[in-house]
Amino acid sequence: MFGAITNREGDLFDQFSRLQQQLEDYWAAPGGPASIRAVAPGSYPAVNIGGTTEGVDVYVFAAGLDKDSIHLEVQHNVLTVGGRVPATQPEKARPYLKERFNGEFRRAVALPEDVDGESAQAKYRNGLLQISFKRKAEAQPRKIEITH
Amino acid sequence: MTAYKDIATNKETAAKEVAEQRLVLRPAVDIFENGESIELYADVPGVTEEGLSVEVDGKTLTVQGDIQIDMPNEMRSLYADVRSTRYQRAFTLSDELDTGAIRAELNDGVLAVTIPKKEEVRPRKIEVSVG
Repeated sequence: MFGAITNREGDLFDQFSRLQQQLEDYWAAPGGPASIRAVAPGSYPAVNIGGTTEGVDVYVFAAGLDKDSIHLEVQHNVLTVGGRVPATQPEKARPYLKERFNGEFRRAVALPEDVDGESAQAKYRNGLLQISFKRKAEAQPRKIEITH
Repeated sequence: MTAYKDIATNKETAAKEVAEQRLVLRPAVDIFENGESIELYADVPGVTEEGLSVEVDGKTLTVQGDIQIDMPNEMRSLYADVRSTRYQRAFTLSDELDTGAIRAELNDGVLAVTIPKKEEVRPRKIEVSVG
């Protein structure tokens, strides 16, 4: 079930948009046009976006966040996520590997156009920041009744 | 004939293992050492306590975690940096570490593993008596 936001399946359009994203990552980046908010692969934090007909959920993979430092902003369908990860440094210890991110971060992602920025709800659990949006009412599928 | 068959099956399983390995995420880690222990911190956002496994097999410490999120069934991916739901990473331990006394703790997606050193190899301060 969880596979939905990580797997490579999905319908043909999903596969095309992902292919486009990958092509941009690998070939279009030097010189050619890329998404204006594209980040280098492996940038912190990793983001997944999943959508249903009713809403769009943004998942930010940011372990060990200082909860008071989380700030979220939505403006014209661009979501900006910021926060701070405190550094881990036990006393009198000598480091071998230091791969984990620490310090301030900020990342902006473009949301689908029919998302209602006012409807945002956020929660932080198990190092995963989830921001849920509803799609605008006019974008919801509507059943049209036929009158006889 | 049997030998040939064995190789074929091994090849098959080996290919499968390689494919599976590609699908796991390698968590970023910090490793520190002090006189008493080695401390390992790994970022495994999205992993719950039930989805986490920290195992020692001989001298290999393996950390594995499955991302578990509740979400609607009909949800489809629009964008994905994270392309797998499993974190995995293994480390080789050395002789002076007390593998029986390893402690692990999970907090906001950060796994902290403490591997104590055996009592006899901890640094001792030698008193100098001035006579």
